[in-house]
Amino acid sequence: MDFDFLASTMVTLLKAVPLTLALFALSVSVGFLLALLIVWMRVGGNRALSTFARAYIFVFRGSPLLIQMFLVFYGLAQFDFIRSGPLWPFLREPFVCAVLSLALCTAGYSAEIFRGGIRSVSPRELEAARAIGMSGFLLVRRILAPIAFRHALPAYSTEVVLMMKSTALASLVTVWEVTGVAQRLISQTYRTMEVFLCAALIYLVLNFIVLQGMALLERSLSRHLRAAPPAPKA
Amino acid sequence: MSGAAWAMSGSREPPRRNGGRQGCTGRSAISTLELLGFGQAGWGALLLVATLMTLAVTAAALLIGAVFGAIVAAAKLSGIPLLSALGTAYTTVFRGVPELLVIYLIYFGGSTAVTSIGQALGYEGFLGLPSFLAGALAVGIISGAYQAEVYRGAYLAISRGELEAASAIGMHFGLRFRRIIMPQVLRYAMPGLGNVWQLSLKDSALVSVTGLAELMRTSQVAANSTRQYFLFFIVGGALYLVLTSLSDRVFNQAERRANRSMPSSTLGQI
Repeated sequence: MDFDFLASTMVTLLKAVPLTLALFALSVSVGFLLALLIVWMRVGGNRALSTFARAYIFVFRGSPLLIQMFLVFYGLAQFDFIRSGPLWPFLREPFVCAVLSLALCTAGYSAEIFRGGIRSVSPRELEAARAIGMSGFLLVRRILAPIAFRHALPAYSTEVVLMMKSTALASLVTVWEVTGVAQRLISQTYRTMEVFLCAALIYLVLNFIVLQGMALLERSLSRHLRAAPPAPKA
Repeated sequence: MSGAAWAMSGSREPPRRNGGRQGCTGRSAISTLELLGFGQAGWGALLLVATLMTLAVTAAALLIGAVFGAIVAAAKLSGIPLLSALGTAYTTVFRGVPELLVIYLIYFGGSTAVTSIGQALGYEGFLGLPSFLAGALAVGIISGAYQAEVYRGAYLAISRGELEAASAIGMHFGLRFRRIIMPQVLRYAMPGLGNVWQLSLKDSALVSVTGLAELMRTSQVAANSTRQYFLFFIVGGALYLVLTSLSDRVFNQAERRANRSMPSSTLGQI
């Protein structure tokens, strides 16, 4: 083992971590909001909106993320009205395209996860809420959303970890995050194993931190479900 | 290296700059239908072959993954601390690391290994790992990590009483494995295997970085050479949708078939 090489590889790769984290944080938060919108359309009761949401989920879950990313990155640039449109300064940036396609994709998966969470809310709780006169937004905010989110959280944390891995694809549209830098190092040095080990370690640590964060969130959301600690003796 | 370089070059030249105009006007006579057709200028046949290639890579990967997955699941269930630690390490690493990185590892690392074997045998120069093999192996290794968890869960779902009963009437391990464990593991694993297949189908798109002419790569080549990026990525995506929804159907059938001996009342409990 050549520790000097490993150390210098690690330093080079660590410099790309902020970009990976930025891709991850932006796409997860945009994707989360988008998923809320889609799940609202899906379960809202309006037939046209529900069909649209169904189609959206089918398309974005059924095709590879890479082709979606290339569609956004190369496909949109093909049209003159987009190139001359007001959004072009943003859509021209590979980073924005990567975030956009990551967010669109995760929204499809997350919407299904959230729908599962909503379905697991007991109808009795909703009935009780309606019986005491809650309706509409208040019902969603106080009863439906908290319970549904808590039920959906384990599956959603898996999805969030998958997103961390998916940011690697941004390297294929010239965003130099950790995997892209690793690929460049491999083709410069031909020392695949060492570079792989360093990059893998970075991703595993990142995923571990994310999972711990999600577990903390889950604990704090289900505090009332755990048995109360034994009362301290006076 | 050139294999992955195509995607890295990523220059997004506008369709109509530096000489692209003649190309565009020259081709503008070709309609969308002709571009996708089976004629001289059509990409239809190539896209169909590429779709089959995607299926072939995924199927090979699923088989490779079944071998890895079964071994790793057995290691994790073995109860021997060292083996189960190794199994856990395998599933953690290959489920936690980006698929692209694993593909680079197998493709570049494999080529380096093959080259050094070649040099040991007296062959000078670079030897590459065939991209189909590298791709199927890489996706297979990832798929193996997921399959290991599926098989482990399926094994744990078998009722302990049945295993005890089999031992009690004197079945030795081989017979017990063949008659009791295997059929039930496969039955319980069916839904999970369907998910793994869908996952591998989508992961196989990443094999395009090795230059293998599967669906993603062929869409990319067609898009680049006709400058109809939007069209070809939409068509490529639609073909993936066909594959995923068809295989969904196949797996549902298989699941029903695997469960045909189960009374429907117990089905509800699974």
